[in-house]
Amino acid sequence: MALQLPAGVHEAIAQGWRSVSGNGQSELIPQARLSGPMPWVIAIMVALTVIAAAAGLSFSNTARNAADELSGGVTVQIVNANPVERDRQAVAAVGRLRAIPGVVDANMVSQAEVERLIEPWLGARAAGDEAIPVPALVDARLRDPLTAETLGALRRAVREVAPDGRVDGQSSWLKPVFSAIQSLQWLSLALVGLLAFATSAAVLLAVRSALGSNRDTIEIVHLLGGTDAQIARIFQRSVGFDAAGGGAVGLALGLVVVLFLGQQFAELGAGLVNSGALVWSDWLLLALVPAGFVLLAMLTARITVLAALKRML
Amino acid sequence: MNSTATGEIVQFDNVGLRYGSDREVLSDVSFTLYPGTFYFLTGASGAGKTSLLKLLYLAQRPSRGMIRMFGTDAITLPRERLPGFRRRLGVVFQDFRLVPHLSAFDNVALPLRVAGVPDRELLRPVADMLEWVGLADRMHAQPAQLSGGEQQRVAIARAVIGRPELLVADEPTGNVDPDMAIKLLRLFEALNRLGTTVVVATHDVHLLRKVPDSLIMRLDKGRLSDPTGALRYPPRPHVAARPRED
Repeated sequence: MALQLPAGVHEAIAQGWRSVSGNGQSELIPQARLSGPMPWVIAIMVALTVIAAAAGLSFSNTARNAADELSGGVTVQIVNANPVERDRQAVAAVGRLRAIPGVVDANMVSQAEVERLIEPWLGARAAGDEAIPVPALVDARLRDPLTAETLGALRRAVREVAPDGRVDGQSSWLKPVFSAIQSLQWLSLALVGLLAFATSAAVLLAVRSALGSNRDTIEIVHLLGGTDAQIARIFQRSVGFDAAGGGAVGLALGLVVVLFLGQQFAELGAGLVNSGALVWSDWLLLALVPAGFVLLAMLTARITVLAALKRML
Repeated sequence: MNSTATGEIVQFDNVGLRYGSDREVLSDVSFTLYPGTFYFLTGASGAGKTSLLKLLYLAQRPSRGMIRMFGTDAITLPRERLPGFRRRLGVVFQDFRLVPHLSAFDNVALPLRVAGVPDRELLRPVADMLEWVGLADRMHAQPAQLSGGEQQRVAIARAVIGRPELLVADEPTGNVDPDMAIKLLRLFEALNRLGTTVVVATHDVHLLRKVPDSLIMRLDKGRLSDPTGALRYPPRPHVAARPRED
């Protein structure tokens, strides 16, 4: 029954065949039918996820850096219209604070720094201009985070030497800001979750559509002894390629947007905003977003195909 | 090759099949297929031949009755064990069911690929098989580029490439010229001599005389009759009385 072809013919054909076929099983389902707009959908989802994740990470960095900076900080304002008395009380407050155990450091904020801080609101002030008196400021660092008890003790101690002194915890000023940042962090996380869900839904619909249009082929493969896992692998592989291509494009788009926004915010030059800059581990996390989407898409494809095949004999 | 202690490949016992709530298309079908035997399944169009073949190649479960294949209850067979059983079968579908976007080569290679044969080991058997059915020069053509007869030969090559234990063919010579029909029957006979049990469904009575060693099962309105004693147990010895008509 078997015919012998001339020597060398088999190998020549084999080489030609291998160059175009790749892994034979993946050729069972036409790639184009499965792909369609799927890579672009995934590209958009990955880009949006990268932006949302970058925002979430930036908010997280802002909150963490600000909390680290402010949780152990107190500010003493000496509110007195007489500049001599104001300076005397400020110096006394610094000395008193430095003597308290638990206070790591206490320093007067220079007049130049104070004027620089209020310049956006009051404009440039001429030297010795006291028409609008500006409080003297003392910045103190505590070893431990500020508690209500510590704050009370500090207020009593400062008042003994500086009756016009007002002691405030720095973190208390920014409590509403922290609360808003935390809400934005949750929003970013929710967006990432929703985008992942939407991607799964898109993959599910695409795979179902591909299953429908390839039903005859799948039945034939089944009847020839193909297993559910073999058929699922074909779809997984196809979806994986789509997701990898789309993910790479989406990552590039997302990173361009993130870098552009980062530059815009950096130009603001505001301390709180700048404290949200992304660090190397954040960039690594963003780079892993497409990989996550590839895994998610392949898992969705596998589950969808296996569930559908169970309804076939 | 023998699958059970008594040697039967397939055993049907009072099998009935209905689609939905329609009347039964097969009723009280009982027979046994033995290894290395050549069977023809005949009957008028609509008699139930294709339905019976569907049960044989495990594309359908019966509505009632018992089916044993290769010594195992095929009705309660778990889904995950079906592929293993199907790989022991070769099927020639009436409508060929070639994968439209694959070449003739890839269609014939499909059962081997599904069974996990690596690409480097596919070329020789697939090329030989295509050569045998006269399609060596058409191995890169897709089904749409092939004539009906060529598609049928590809379908047959695909069914036999894996040397199945049971070959089920539904009107396998319906679209080929008489010379090719004889050639294909000889291929089935050659496989049969190697131990493959062959079941060929046909309504062509002339074909039956081409394989004198065959047994005939006849379906009439979903019921089976036994003109050559194919269903008898023990089966009658292979018939040598009927002269071969080539």
